[in-house]
Order: sequence, then structure tokens, then C-alpha cells
Amino acid sequence: MHNKTLAELAQGLEQGDFSSVELTQAYLDRIESQDSKYNSYITVTPELALEQAAAADTARQSGNAGPMTGIPVAHKDIFCTQGVRTSAGSKMLDNFISPYDATVIQKFNAAGCVSLGKTNMDEFAMGSSNESSFYGAARNPWHTDHVPGGSSGGSAAAVAADLAPAATGTDTGGSIRQPSAFCNLTGLKPTYGRVSRFGMIAYASSLDQGGPMAKTAQDAAMMLNVMAGVDPMDSTSADHPVADYTANLEQPLSGLKIGLPKEFFSDSLNPEIAALIQGAVKEYEALGATVKEISLPNTALSVPAYYIIAPAEASSNLSRFDGVRYGHRCDEPKDLEDMYKRTRGEGFGTEVKRRIMVGTYALSEGFYDAYYKKAQQIRRLIQQDFVRALSEVDVIMGPTTPSPAFRLGEKTSDPVEMYMEDIFTLSLNLAGLPGMSIPCGFSNGLPVGLQIIGNYFAEEKLLNVAHKYQQATDWHTRKPEGI
Amino acid sequence: MEWEAVIGLEIHAQLATNTKIFSGASTAFGAEPNTQACAVDLALPGTLPVFNESALRMAVMFGTAIDAHIGKVSVFDRKNYFYPDLPKGYQTSQLFYPIVGEGHVDIELSDGSTKRIGVTRAHLEEDAGKSLHEDFANMTGIDLNRAGTPLLEIVSEPDMRSAEEAVAYVKKIHSIVTNLGICDGNMAEGSFRCDCNVSVRYKGEEAFGNRTETKNINSFRFIEKAIKGEIERQIDLLEDGGTITQETRLYDADKDETRSMRSKEEANDYRYFPCPDLLPIVIDDDYIGAVRDSLPEMPDARRARFVETYSLSEYDAGVLSNYKSLSDYFETVVEQSGDAKLSANWVMGELSKHLNQNDTDITASPVSAANLGGLLKRIKDNTISGNIAKKVFEIMWADGGTADEVIEAKGLKQVTDTGAIEKMVEEVIAANTAQVEQYKAAPVEKRGKMVGFFMGQVMKVSGGKANPGQVQGLLKQKLDALCD
Repeated sequence: MHNKTLAELAQGLEQGDFSSVELTQAYLDRIESQDSKYNSYITVTPELALEQAAAADTARQSGNAGPMTGIPVAHKDIFCTQGVRTSAGSKMLDNFISPYDATVIQKFNAAGCVSLGKTNMDEFAMGSSNESSFYGAARNPWHTDHVPGGSSGGSAAAVAADLAPAATGTDTGGSIRQPSAFCNLTGLKPTYGRVSRFGMIAYASSLDQGGPMAKTAQDAAMMLNVMAGVDPMDSTSADHPVADYTANLEQPLSGLKIGLPKEFFSDSLNPEIAALIQGAVKEYEALGATVKEISLPNTALSVPAYYIIAPAEASSNLSRFDGVRYGHRCDEPKDLEDMYKRTRGEGFGTEVKRRIMVGTYALSEGFYDAYYKKAQQIRRLIQQDFVRALSEVDVIMGPTTPSPAFRLGEKTSDPVEMYMEDIFTLSLNLAGLPGMSIPCGFSNGLPVGLQIIGNYFAEEKLLNVAHKYQQATDWHTRKPEGI
Repeated sequence: MEWEAVIGLEIHAQLATNTKIFSGASTAFGAEPNTQACAVDLALPGTLPVFNESALRMAVMFGTAIDAHIGKVSVFDRKNYFYPDLPKGYQTSQLFYPIVGEGHVDIELSDGSTKRIGVTRAHLEEDAGKSLHEDFANMTGIDLNRAGTPLLEIVSEPDMRSAEEAVAYVKKIHSIVTNLGICDGNMAEGSFRCDCNVSVRYKGEEAFGNRTETKNINSFRFIEKAIKGEIERQIDLLEDGGTITQETRLYDADKDETRSMRSKEEANDYRYFPCPDLLPIVIDDDYIGAVRDSLPEMPDARRARFVETYSLSEYDAGVLSNYKSLSDYFETVVEQSGDAKLSANWVMGELSKHLNQNDTDITASPVSAANLGGLLKRIKDNTISGNIAKKVFEIMWADGGTADEVIEAKGLKQVTDTGAIEKMVEEVIAANTAQVEQYKAAPVEKRGKMVGFFMGQVMKVSGGKANPGQVQGLLKQKLDALCD
């Protein structure tokens, strides 16, 4: 059961091949026996999962099943889940049992899905390798000496290792797409505002976006059907019609105009990756698409702009973790200042502290104009680049990452090298655009992702473009050895 | 050289919305600690603000009432600082693009002149919670019921030159916001509080002196005292060769003095930036026009109407028009009594005296406007005299009831029977022969005054109930007859 897609599982449940309780138990058993190798879950919730599964089976028996009823999924531990520890990968929230459900969790509950547990992640979603997690790094099922990517590395590892059929992730600078690329998954970062952020612990509010990580484009579409929609609790959620994302997956791609930004294919790009991306583009041409070189001239500025804006917002968003109301508090504070200093000093890890300090500095009086304001101006330029490009082409394609999954510890000593991991993904978050990563081949036995970028609210088109490729290729069906 | 004070004020008015500015929790005052703080107010991880549109409407009402520029695009910013009663570690406020821009109000000074005071801006923001230092040994309690209550911060130009002007301005703003119904104005509960920026300079100088800011003063009297005290302190210091430190000060009402809280040098760098969780507020002319059309009559307009319609003096009209509750009360009294001048005298006199003595708000007056009007009607139709009316009012205040009920029950109806009055007059004349002789001996022009003595005697005999006009007429008639 565990190696099926969501679509296959839904069919199996519908046909009565297995019950949700049986399916859920199978996943729980696998997590129990396998996850020590991957460390993909922070918290597994077997009781809750089996309770939800039993309720799903009952609903199905009484004819109240929807397309996702009884399907188990895993959630990144950034989505608040009522009655369950929600840690955001941080010591700061190691003792935090959320008293409420994030909108995304509510939607999965309402759809009758089963929650297997909460997946590992870089602390407060700050990282590209999952190594900043308080709970230890998750490992890449393709090679456990390698990182699964980050920050949604636990979700990626869990799905790649068949410890969940699909999972939620969040993407602030590439945190869905990069781990999807590293673990041979199909990941979708929707348009900013497509998925509610309510109950999703904030890293950088103007960039954060939740989305699905799955085995196929079709599964990602099924997940997005559950997740998408305007939310009165999130003022930045978009009041834009939600499509049935599974409805138009089969549209032929003849006449599809693909743009290849020359800035994504510079000499510094890993040649094997460059070749695999070109191979995928050839495949699209065979499917009827036309290809055109485009330019996104401000791409290089996306890294510095992102690493001002995201830390600036983070420095403010993380101020609430002060030891007063919940979360970690230092022992026996001698006064208020001591409580703040030791609570935050003990509760946050190195990368989080680094970003809080960078962000605080960037917003400081006298530096605001030079850093934050300037970064926002660059952000607008980057957005304009995309708007201009997307007026000429339907989708933009390129690599998701400059290299395949690196080794654990390889980049932890040099934060800037780690930040460069996000060079191809950050600019979409700055522009608020949707993007996907889909499997397009292997380099030294490690998966490589093709990034597909679309216009605002073009998720349906992206999924269609990804699905047609997956019908023509089998990269996405490859499994790590032993799984 | 003569000193001159320069005063600018920041007023925080709590907006009278039912729920908080960014959450659905109630804003009611006085609940058990932390019972009116929801997940958003507690700043639980993952929670997001959703702007309460009624706070916007109220802010625009204020802006249109002071003839201000209204920001068609206003933006919430985060003001970052750590404090235990500030749950998010930042206050959501408006720095760069406030909802209300430049406007003005006119204040009346004691010499009868008016002065225009500029309002720099008014912006929306959220209140913090409260730190409770009592009841917890070596600990501080935090009550977040107030956290997220909407505030309108109204910032004045440094246009005031004395404590009196400052108080007149604060009272004016207080009357505007309460009249609009956008703030309950309750200063004791902190719904309306004031930060006073004070500096001094030699009269005629252009440059401002270093200023101090005295925070969170919550009564008109304390504002006046704090500013007066601060002006004196600064002048004394400068005359002794000292300098003024730019700092935040606290007013200690018990000691009637301000003292230093923290200096600006060690103040926070608030690292303001636009709040990414909230969209800019965008409004158009239609929205502003609709709010303007819905404004209730404002105090200045009402004062003019009172002068025009009721022929009141400017002063009386001013007092009676400041607060809607008082104005409404007054107009009901006029309606019932049919005499505006008499109504004004009673509302500003007897009624206000009782309200003040008992520290009672007019909305809770034991004598309703209709009942006071009913009482005045009985003065007008000579059922009772003005003096008896005061007695009736006392009873109405203490025990309730209408004037007619009290007059009937206590037998206070005025004696107007000429025969009965004549009898009392004759008794008094017969009993006071010495005074009658003096009267007879006095020159004619002095006799008028001397009638007063007999008046008092007759009123005493009648228990105050004899109609004074009739008594006076009869007395004059009878006494003058004796002189012939």
C-alpha cells in the first residue's frame, strides 16, 4: 500500500481494497520501523491518526466520502495542530502544544484526511538542508549521508521514503521546491495568498506560502484542492477563484510557450544539471511546446534582497518568543532582561540568531533606507522582470537548484554558500509567483529537479505542464534503493 | 526676559468598538484577567491580525469632524520593542501613512477669544496589555484583556502656550470623540489619556527648547497640574543655569510632581517597517463622503444653534453644547418646561451641583430630564416658587418621583388664595409694630427695600408656600395705606 500515489490510494479506498485504518496502520508501522534512518518526523501521532482513520471509514460507509477521505498525510511541523506539539523545529517551542488548528490543518480535517504526524524542518524554516532543526537533521532517502534539502526536509524525506504518501510544506525562499528536487518529488509553491497562512508559524510573512509535496503532479493537484482558498483569518490570502486542480491535467501542451532565462543557465551551473534541464526542455518540445530564451536581468540581486527582507520580517516575527506566555523560558530569571536574554539565547539555534541579528540590523534607524527600502525596490524590479517575461511566454523553466543534494555538514560552516543554494528559487517568493519542482533525472545517483514557473494563480497550468511531462517520462516513479 | 511655554499633546482615545482592532475578542472593561484575550491577542505562534473595519470608520469620523485630510491609503507598521505586556514584541501602529492627516480644532479661552490648534495627524494602533505588580511576590502578572484594544492616537502641533490652553484643547478633543460616540471618554478607566510634550523658551524666540514628555495622564486636573509643574521645573532649572534633558517623565498625582522615567538616549530603536500581515487600507471619496454625511451635530454647531434658537448666552451655550449627553438632557428639559433660560440655569446650577457632589454622570442622574422639565413647568405656572422648587428637587434626587407627585405628597403647592395671603400679611403687620413705625418714618424712596423684612416674615408664616408676587403686592398696598 505504501508505495502508491494519492490517486491510487483514493481508488483503493473507494473500491474497498483496504480501509483507511489498515492504510494508516501500514504507514504507522513503516514510520515505526524505518524512520530512525531518516529522522523525517518530529512527532508521530498514531492515536490521532487511527481515530481519524476510523472516522473516515465510518464516513465512507455512510456514503459521505470525498476524494481525499481516509488518506493519510504528514504535515510540516510549522502548521499549528490542536493538542499536538508544534515545534517549528525549535527548542523554543519544544514544549508548545498548540491550542488551535491552522487553517490548512482544518481543511485537511474537513476533507477527511488522516494526519500521521509532524515532519522535521529547519528551525523556524530557516535553512536549506534541515540541519538547523533542534531535532537533528533529516536525511535524504536517496543517500542518507546527504541532506534532504530544507526547510521542508522532513516532509520530503518522509514522502521519498514512503513514510507518507504526500505531505505539506512551506516555501519562503525555496523550502518546498529545493527539498522536492533533492528527494525526487513533485513540489508546488503556490501564488502568494493562494493558501492561508493562518496557523502557519511565520518566518517571513510576505514570502511564506504553504503548498503540497507529493509523488506526482496529480497528487499535488489533489493536495492543493484541499489547501487552496481565501481565509477570513488571513488578510493576505487571495480572494481569487479556486479551480479543481485535477480537472485540466490532461490538456495537450501543443503551442505552450516556454521561456528559458539565460541568467539560470550561466557557466557556473553544474553541467550535469544543465544537461538534464535541457533534456527535459527537449521532451517538452516533443510534446508540442516552443522554447524561447528570455532574460530576468535582476536574478543575481534576488539573494541579497531576500537575505535583507526575510531576516527583517523574521526579526520581528520571532519577537513573540520571549518566554512570557508559552514556549521555552530560562530557569530562575533574575530580572526581565535576564529572562529575555537567556530564554532567547537558549531557545534559538545559531542560524535563527544569525537571521534575527541581520534583520534587526537591516531595520535599524539610519540603515533602513540603505537596506530594507533598497531591498524592497529590488523586489519590485525582480517582479517586473517576471511580469515582462510572462507576458511573452506561458511558463518559465530552469533548474530548481544549482547542484544536487549535498552532504550533511558540507555547507554548515559557510552560511553564504548555503544561501546560494536558493539562487533559482528565491526570486519567485520575492515576486509572489507560483513555481513547481518536478523530477527530471539523476546526477551521480541523486535526483535533479526541473523548476517550472507560472503567472499569478496559474497553478492549474503548472500542474497540467508537470503532469504531461510525467506521463511522458518516468523519473518521478524512481525510488531510492531499498524503498 | 519673559518665559513662554510650548506644549504639544498626544492623546490616546480608545475607540468604542465591540471587538478588538485585529481580533474578535471583546473590548469590555473590567473582566477577569486574560478572559478577553484570544489566540491572536496572546500572539500564539501562527496567528494573524484581521483589521476591524469599525475602527476605520471611527477614525475617519474623527478626521472629518476636525476637517482633516483623510489618508486614502493608510498602512499599518510594526513598532518593535520588548515588553511583557506587548505579546507580539511589536505594536501594530501607523507611522508612515496615517489614516488622518492634518486638521484643526478651535478652543475658547477664558478672555472669550478663540484659538486654532493644529492637529498634525491621528493614527490607528493597538493598545498593550497591563502589567500587574501587586499580588505576585517577586513576579509580575500580565493581563492581556486590553491588548489589541483599538486606539486613535491624536497628535497636536506644538501650538499651546499654557496649561489652560492645553486643558481647553484636551477638553475639546474629549468632547469631539465622545460626541461622535467613538470613545466613551472614561479617563479613570484609561479610555482617554494624554502624553504632554512641554518645553520653554524666551518669548519671541523661534527655536524650541529641549522638551520633556510626560506620559499617560488621565484627568483634566492632572494634565493642568502636570504641565504647570513641568513648566515651573524647567524655568527654575534654566534660571539656575541648568539644561533640560530630553526625556520621558511620569506624573505622580500623590506628590503632584513629574519625575524622570527614561531619557531619550537610552530609548528604543523601534525599527518601524510596514506590517506584512496586513494589507494597506484603501478608501475612496464615496466612503469618506458617506461618513461625513452620517456625522452627528458637532459641539460647535450645536452651540451656535443654542444661541440662535434659545437665545442663550455664548457662555451658557458653550457649556451646554460640549457633551452630547448634557445637550440632549438640556433640550429635553426645555421641551418639557418651555423655558430655555430657566432650563439652562437649572441644568448648569442645581443639577450640575448635585451631579458633581455625588460624582454622578448625567446619564445616571436620578432626576431625569423629563422630570426636571416637569418641575420647571410648575415654577412657570406658579404652582411653586423657585425656592420650593429646590426643596422638591432635593426630594426628587433622593427619593425619585415626579415634581407633581412630590408637591402633592408634601403639600408644597403654592398658596395663591388672596384671602389667605391677606390674612397672613395682616398678622405680620400687627405683630411687628416697631418695624411698621420705622417704615412709616422712612423716606418714600427707602420704603421699597424695607418691604423685604415683611416679605421674609410672611413667607416664614406660610412655610414658604405663599406666592411671593402676591405677598409683595399686598404688603406694599397695606403698609402704604398705614402711611397715609
